[in-house]
Amino acid sequence: MSELVVLSDHSSVHDLHEYMLKTSDGKIKTATINKSRIAVKLTICILFALTAVAFISFDYESINFIESVAATWNNMKVLFGQPKLTFNSFAGAMHALLITFSLGVLSTIFGALIAFFGALLCAKNIADPHSANFIKSIVAFIRAVPTILWVLIFTVAAGLGSVAAVVGLTFHSVAYLIKAYSESIEEMDMGVIEALKASGASYWQIVFQAIIPSSISYMIAWTFLRFEINFTNAIAVGAAAGAGGIGYDLFMAGSFYFDLRELGFITYIVVIAVIMLEMVATRIKARVR
Amino acid sequence: MASEKKLKQKISVFVERKRTFTCAFVGIMALFTLASIVTDFSIIEGIVSIPKSIVWIVNNLVPDEKSWSKMPRILAKLTETALLSIAVTVCAGICAFLFSLLGTRTNGITTLSGRLVRIVAAFFRNVPDVVWAMLLLFSFGQNVLTGFFALFFTTFGMLTRTFIETIDEVSAECVEAITSTGADYMQTVFQAIVPSSMPEIITWVLFMIETNIRASTLIGVLTATGIGYAFDMYYKRLDYGAASLVVISIVVLVIGIELISNQIRKVIM
Amino acid sequence: MPILEFNNVSKVYNGATRALTDVTFSVNEGEFVSIIGPSGSGKSTILRCINRLVDATQGQIMFDGHDILKAKKAELRKIRTKAGMIFQHFNLVNRLSVVENVLHGRLGYKSTIDGMIGSYSEQEKENAFKIIKKLGLTDQAYKRCDELSGGQKQRVGIARSIMQDPRLILCDEPIASLDPSSAKVIMDHLANINKTMKITCIVNLHQVDVAMKYAGRIIGITAGRIVYDGPPELLTKDKIYEIYQSHEGDLITDVG
Repeated sequence: MSELVVLSDHSSVHDLHEYMLKTSDGKIKTATINKSRIAVKLTICILFALTAVAFISFDYESINFIESVAATWNNMKVLFGQPKLTFNSFAGAMHALLITFSLGVLSTIFGALIAFFGALLCAKNIADPHSANFIKSIVAFIRAVPTILWVLIFTVAAGLGSVAAVVGLTFHSVAYLIKAYSESIEEMDMGVIEALKASGASYWQIVFQAIIPSSISYMIAWTFLRFEINFTNAIAVGAAAGAGGIGYDLFMAGSFYFDLRELGFITYIVVIAVIMLEMVATRIKARVR
Repeated sequence: MASEKKLKQKISVFVERKRTFTCAFVGIMALFTLASIVTDFSIIEGIVSIPKSIVWIVNNLVPDEKSWSKMPRILAKLTETALLSIAVTVCAGICAFLFSLLGTRTNGITTLSGRLVRIVAAFFRNVPDVVWAMLLLFSFGQNVLTGFFALFFTTFGMLTRTFIETIDEVSAECVEAITSTGADYMQTVFQAIVPSSMPEIITWVLFMIETNIRASTLIGVLTATGIGYAFDMYYKRLDYGAASLVVISIVVLVIGIELISNQIRKVIM
Repeated sequence: MPILEFNNVSKVYNGATRALTDVTFSVNEGEFVSIIGPSGSGKSTILRCINRLVDATQGQIMFDGHDILKAKKAELRKIRTKAGMIFQHFNLVNRLSVVENVLHGRLGYKSTIDGMIGSYSEQEKENAFKIIKKLGLTDQAYKRCDELSGGQKQRVGIARSIMQDPRLILCDEPIASLDPSSAKVIMDHLANINKTMKITCIVNLHQVDVAMKYAGRIIGITAGRIVYDGPPELLTKDKIYEIYQSHEGDLITDVG
């Protein structure tokens, strides 16, 4: 350890005291209080406190934790280590995958169509502020209701079947894509719009000749990204709302047939599909950046 | 002649654009038709169902006097879900932060450990929380811990990847500088990485809390816990008034958390 | 004994890219050396080999009597404390105050725990303020570093280096991100530190005219090899063209 060298200087330590701030017990401060640091520390403390409250307040219902963890570990070994289809066939699973895929496709197409018009009404640089705020509030509301609830609501309101699933999945699609599309539109060069306006073009002419060509690549990228999310959502919804597809097969394997091996096989199918989609999405994201 | 050639060029641009447009349109129509056949989806039925649904929702999904009496129960479930979401995200966040330190280019141990960390994170991220929920139902039953661990694994995977990106983006430069002063690993983590990446980390944690509230609604339907269970129960009993109260309270909670997160983000950045 | 010796040092990245080939030179204590050369010639690599932010693949580097490439963790920490470094993009922890950033220069001397929690002695804090005053930053002492201008940030970087009580300061393009007046302030500070505190300075520079004005010795490097090593007076225009592999009229210094 090197000894601390006391720097000799022309000025004495007394001069420095003009600049140094001291704490109440005489120590030199290294930083002043500012909002940002307090907010960070406060947020962390509150989050930790709430976590503690959560653990204390949970009703564990006489569970034997160690036993359950051990059982989980054993089940994981079976699920990931010994996948095997019993009640389903590989062709059947592929068909289910195709159904889930198609549910994702449909909800993305509808979402994109509706969101396009929504974004036109919402983008800060071409829409009027009132309609923009209105759309933003609707979007916030849509996003706040979880997708599963949208699907369940429409399952009763519109009847069982793919219509409920597609309509339910479309809601969050629309919300996400309105935000994405309007941000793409907001990034475009206003000069083009001004020029067309000046030459007397109508609203829809400007949309098709200026706005679409400038932001189309971003919009397409966002649409693919949303499709990846819709696919995952379709799985979840298939499981929880009986909407069919590979998610439903997952649910059946786990909660109906109680077959861990089948659950494992279907899990592998799902994971591979999701990873492939993610690879495509990462490549698209890199291109757009 | 030169001008004729130019004209032909200009026209060819338009022709090309029209061609791309037509191709895209035909492609999407084909995709749409195929998907509709596979899922047995009828567009007419779809369009007709919209007004039908709106009418039904307006008539049924409204709270009546009896529903309000169920409010305390609903609020209790809502609090349970909110606390669960916070606890899951905080625990997963701490684990993810520690794990991501091993995976960053900036300060990681080796590139081999970096690659391993990313693979493990990808595994946890891509196995859907539904699968974890199904698996845990076997060993934990319909217990709050089932939902906890189901969300924990997915959140851990997501946050690890996000934190690695954040640390590499924000901290790389000052880590280099502090390493050059002779600081050791732990000092670099606490004096460089933590102060520089903390605001973004908190932002992501708040975002995941909000996401997890919605995710735990779905998991709750599967595992009979939390607010998802409340909705499912009332819905299956055809008690639509109470179900609507559940939806409204979820909306209020989510929007509330969003507003708080935005405020916090403004101050800490 | 020279304070720094490079003996036949080579660095190859990923088995393919040759960044340095057979670099040999030595620096005596108190010298002000400037390294010039085109982008990608290996200037940054040389500096980073000295404090082992980058590990040389071949050769020997002696710094203050230590064989750097053979140093293990604890010895490496000590070596790094003796070599301060300042960067083109300042590399400060932006959310922390100037004082806190300057005190980071002491981390190499502190125990792990003390460094982690940021517990510095009163003497260390006083020294930090002395250095802050020397660099004219007293009014900014408690400001967050992202509130400072480029020139001020670089002065914080210099203060952090001096805090280490180093024998040598490595400067990787310290003025590349600064406007001309801030750049002069920084170079003047470096010259002052070199003269009054007898700290050896090795400075990477793009600007050949700045190098010639401030440095007592210039090392020109091209494609990983040293092509010039001597005083600025002997650096002819032809030599400069050779270093930058260009011709009359191609360099910005030829303008006007």
